[in-house]
Amino acid sequence: MSAILVYALHYDGAFNKNSLGAVSEGAKLASELGTECHAIVVGEGVSDELASSLGNYGASKVYRVEGPEGLAQPVVDAMAAAIEAGGHSYALFGGGLLGFEIGAGLAARLDAGVCMEVTNVRVEDGKLVAERPILQDSQISSVHYRSKVGVIIGRLNAFEINETGGTATVEDLAVEFRPHSLKAKMVSRGEQRGADVNIEDADVLVAGGRGLGKKEGFDMLEELAGALGGAVAATRAVVDAGWYSYSAQIGQTGKTVAPKLYLAAGISGAIQHKVGMQASENIVAINKDSNAPIFEFSDLGIVGDLNKIVPKLTEAVKAKKS
Amino acid sequence: MSAAPSQFPPPVDSAKEFVGPPTDPEDERIEVGVAIVGGGQAGLACAIRLLQLLQDDEALTERLGEVPVAVIEKGRVAGAHQLSGGVMNPSAIRTLLPDDDSWPHWGEVSKETVYFCTKRRAIPLKPTPPPFRNHGNYVVSVAELNRWLGEKAEELGAYILSETAGHKLLVENGTVVGVRTGDKGRDKSGGEKSNFEPGSDVIAKATVLAEGCWGHLTGAALKALDLAPKDPQVWALGVKEVWEVPKAFDKIVHTLGWPLRWGAKWQEFGGSWIYGMNREGETPKVSIGFVTGLDYTDARLSVHDVLQEFKQHPLVRKILEGGERKAWGAKAIPEGGYWAMPTLHAPGMVIAGDAGGMVNVPKLKGIHYAIESGRLAAETIYEQLKQGSTDFSAYERKVHGSQMGKELYESRNMKQPFSKGLIVGGAITNAMVVTKGRFPGGHWATHRDAEAPLTLTDRHKRYPKPDGKYTFDKLSGVFLTGNATRDDAPSHIRIQQRVPREVAEGWAWMCPAGVYELPEDAPEQGMVDLIVNPSNCVQCGAITAKGGRLTPPEGGDGPVYQIT
Amino acid sequence: MKICVLVKEVPDAAVEKRIDPSTGRLDRSGEKNLNPFDTHAIEAAMQLKEGGALAVDEVVAVTMGPSTATRALQKAVSLGADRSVHLSDDALAGSDVNGTGYALAKVLEAEAPDLVLLGQQSDDGECYTIGAVVADHLAMPSLTQVIKIDVEDGALRCERQAEYGYDTVMVELPAVISVGDAINEPRYPSLKAIMGAKKKPLDAKSAADVGIDPSRVGYDNARAHCTDFAAPPAKEPGQIIEDEDTNETVEKIVAWLDERKLLA
Repeated sequence: MSAILVYALHYDGAFNKNSLGAVSEGAKLASELGTECHAIVVGEGVSDELASSLGNYGASKVYRVEGPEGLAQPVVDAMAAAIEAGGHSYALFGGGLLGFEIGAGLAARLDAGVCMEVTNVRVEDGKLVAERPILQDSQISSVHYRSKVGVIIGRLNAFEINETGGTATVEDLAVEFRPHSLKAKMVSRGEQRGADVNIEDADVLVAGGRGLGKKEGFDMLEELAGALGGAVAATRAVVDAGWYSYSAQIGQTGKTVAPKLYLAAGISGAIQHKVGMQASENIVAINKDSNAPIFEFSDLGIVGDLNKIVPKLTEAVKAKKS
Repeated sequence: MSAAPSQFPPPVDSAKEFVGPPTDPEDERIEVGVAIVGGGQAGLACAIRLLQLLQDDEALTERLGEVPVAVIEKGRVAGAHQLSGGVMNPSAIRTLLPDDDSWPHWGEVSKETVYFCTKRRAIPLKPTPPPFRNHGNYVVSVAELNRWLGEKAEELGAYILSETAGHKLLVENGTVVGVRTGDKGRDKSGGEKSNFEPGSDVIAKATVLAEGCWGHLTGAALKALDLAPKDPQVWALGVKEVWEVPKAFDKIVHTLGWPLRWGAKWQEFGGSWIYGMNREGETPKVSIGFVTGLDYTDARLSVHDVLQEFKQHPLVRKILEGGERKAWGAKAIPEGGYWAMPTLHAPGMVIAGDAGGMVNVPKLKGIHYAIESGRLAAETIYEQLKQGSTDFSAYERKVHGSQMGKELYESRNMKQPFSKGLIVGGAITNAMVVTKGRFPGGHWATHRDAEAPLTLTDRHKRYPKPDGKYTFDKLSGVFLTGNATRDDAPSHIRIQQRVPREVAEGWAWMCPAGVYELPEDAPEQGMVDLIVNPSNCVQCGAITAKGGRLTPPEGGDGPVYQIT
Repeated sequence: MKICVLVKEVPDAAVEKRIDPSTGRLDRSGEKNLNPFDTHAIEAAMQLKEGGALAVDEVVAVTMGPSTATRALQKAVSLGADRSVHLSDDALAGSDVNGTGYALAKVLEAEAPDLVLLGQQSDDGECYTIGAVVADHLAMPSLTQVIKIDVEDGALRCERQAEYGYDTVMVELPAVISVGDAINEPRYPSLKAIMGAKKKPLDAKSAADVGIDPSRVGYDNARAHCTDFAAPPAKEPGQIIEDEDTNETVEKIVAWLDERKLLA
């Protein structure tokens, strides 16, 4: 059984969380299949230390390729070369923009089957079967590969990080990049634009609705979000009322999010809002109306006055974290 | 304490705002032969008949230009805003399309019952009262039928301009010369966004207003061109659900009585329908809905919630249990009958279908009237345009001289007796039906729905709490309609926002889509500030009946009904 | 210079989406509409044409789909495309991402565009990657999720939000760019444009017309098959706390969060 090759994205001397999750997942699946998990890193002057650290997440070998950073197409060339040399059966990616771009390009290059937004991978008859949610997460479909190589692209935060304490050998791989792969050049990378926090990427969201009573209610939500290390979101009703900005609106006519924690304060949970956040991993709701529909799909519901609960919760969270 | 919405009229002068001369420079105006506002049954029947006649008339076709027939439809597609019970008399569609019987339906009516309901019992009325005899009629979904008619119209060469609102009636020197379409890309305060696209003046040799139950341009035209009828138009609101059911239901049912109250002080005129929808190869479905006249006096009456309450009746549970709700919707239906029909024509213009009040109230039938009136409109327009005339008065004569006109006249006083309550009203109306309108004769006047004074009661305490599986809240229904109206669009609803609590609650409970709300801290008595959520609106038209005024939002907005 | 915009017809958002149990594929009957994300791509093409920095001769809407896909093309044309190309063939039905990207690349090859624009995802399928597949076949540089395009010396200066923040990338033409919906506010078609759309040229092409190898497309040749549609694992019913002693309530919440490692 041939090995699994996992792409690992790095920036500024550290690996991306989703990539580490993918390596851990690759290692787990490789061991079930009775094969190895390899990783591949593409960058400029990647240190031995950095590359071999992937051994701690279960990779037995790390291919290191000297090439442009932050762009997908050179990585397609690199992975195609590695797979040609190493005969891997699966290419695995953690969630994120580059994972999509590289995985798709690789599927084209290798004439391979590809599945994206994968939330789970299982072993069946010595092969990997990817599972992905479809139709707004209302169903899970299983994807079977019918090609020499299978490309698996995970959903954001789908794969859990697992440190195994192992080691990896680093193998330098020389890759000749296709001309088109070098026609996109990075001018500046990773610019932070403070004001617009992208709520779609936040791990924690604290969302406010009409139940806050007034615009100033968002002040206390911002404090709670700060304490939890997250961002603030809002329902359509309060955005309409001018209490918060449209860029934070969640729902049918706003953004769709799936953070690890969605804390909804003063939100009734009408379906127009629900469709924007129902895939959140953990939903906590605070509302004074015990009949609010949100309590039908929250994981933890608190019936009570948010003006009393939220400030105390913020204090308690800060205390716990320190 | 009671207050009537009519005491707080909406800030709008429709004759001034929505009627006027063209304003685009001449070379930017769009010229069509006949402009039909409204892609419903009446509008499409008119388009189809016109194109049938033009097929054999090269000369007139050429005179009408590149676009002989244009249909201006505000929904995403023609059919998106269509909703009815509905049971259709097939005569009109067969007259229109004698060679094509493939129009979609859900079964011919074979068994039917009318029940008088109490909370737990359903007493069948035998024999079935005359207005309710439907043998030979068909269960249809007008949203679906309309799409079929739209395809037929396009095959014949009609230009269906969907996602386009008819905003202003263009009148020059007393003659209607066309329609101005609505702007797109305005923001909440009415300003122009970066992608603002102004509407266009569509100039036509004949204009047909087939806008349906709350015709925006029709309302303005009645005022500006002095076409108003003897009696004000009145409406009923119908809220409907379509269910997939495990066991096919093979009859049609109408009910009177519970949960409506029969006392005269409530003015609650209406009832329910339950129609089995069966078609080979399709899961059996049921169309269920509740209709109530909008002149009721209880501020907390909510037709949507009455439907939810009604579903708890054992008769209904037996039919729906184990099933799944697939669709929801709401629409107003004109109930003024003959006396509320406006003058149906003006120079250059005719009014067809529900917009002209052509609904048979005791039978609650309007679909075949709409198709018939559209067909008659086309014939008059064709005859007159051939002679170079824009005098369409012959159309009105045709309508009133037809079988449809006769039936409308016979039933002219049939709703009004119910203002005396269900028992007395029922008796009087039965007498009318039996004597074909001759007893008691005369003219029984109606009053505007908005003039009914509203009182707060505890009616709302009897509505079931929605469980999300059998009974539902309003917003989940709105979601099912596919309504995804732009949040930053200007509000298309003209309404007074500072009104007595009775009026505000009246609107909040009335609206099936949850457009109107009261702030949590509103005082228990006295004036309150109404909250309006226009993006929930499914354009049913009830607010126009009960004290506000609906104008068409940006074309393409609103529900996308499929099976209603 | 020629810009090709890849568009797709998708089931209207109002239509209930479901899997057809007899075929195991998305039931695509029912009302369809132009994929909303593609309207941003068309708008981007129009802005480049009207901007003047690139000498754009024509904007061509291209789609692969059944006969009903002509409506999507008509909408694209009413929004400004000069003509359209419709790749339609029974052999293409049920193609997966791999097959679809290959087929689209072949029809684009025949057009030889200088720039290919598309929306970053489609309302059905829920993929975000066709652009990358097409670009590899065409051997063109590619970026997805681009939210700003400027022209600089005949090349494109693109911005997008990636894993670490906003990246600015210079892309040489010819290229394939997928645009995010934040890139622009699409224009509304004028009534004149809607009425004139039917008259603009529409080329229908079969798979053979553009040299598609039949063994690489269609459901049976898909490199990945979706099967076994199952309901997601039932969520455990949530816990409800009635707040009486707020200090106690808050303690419970913190414990709950901590258990789930949400206070890391």
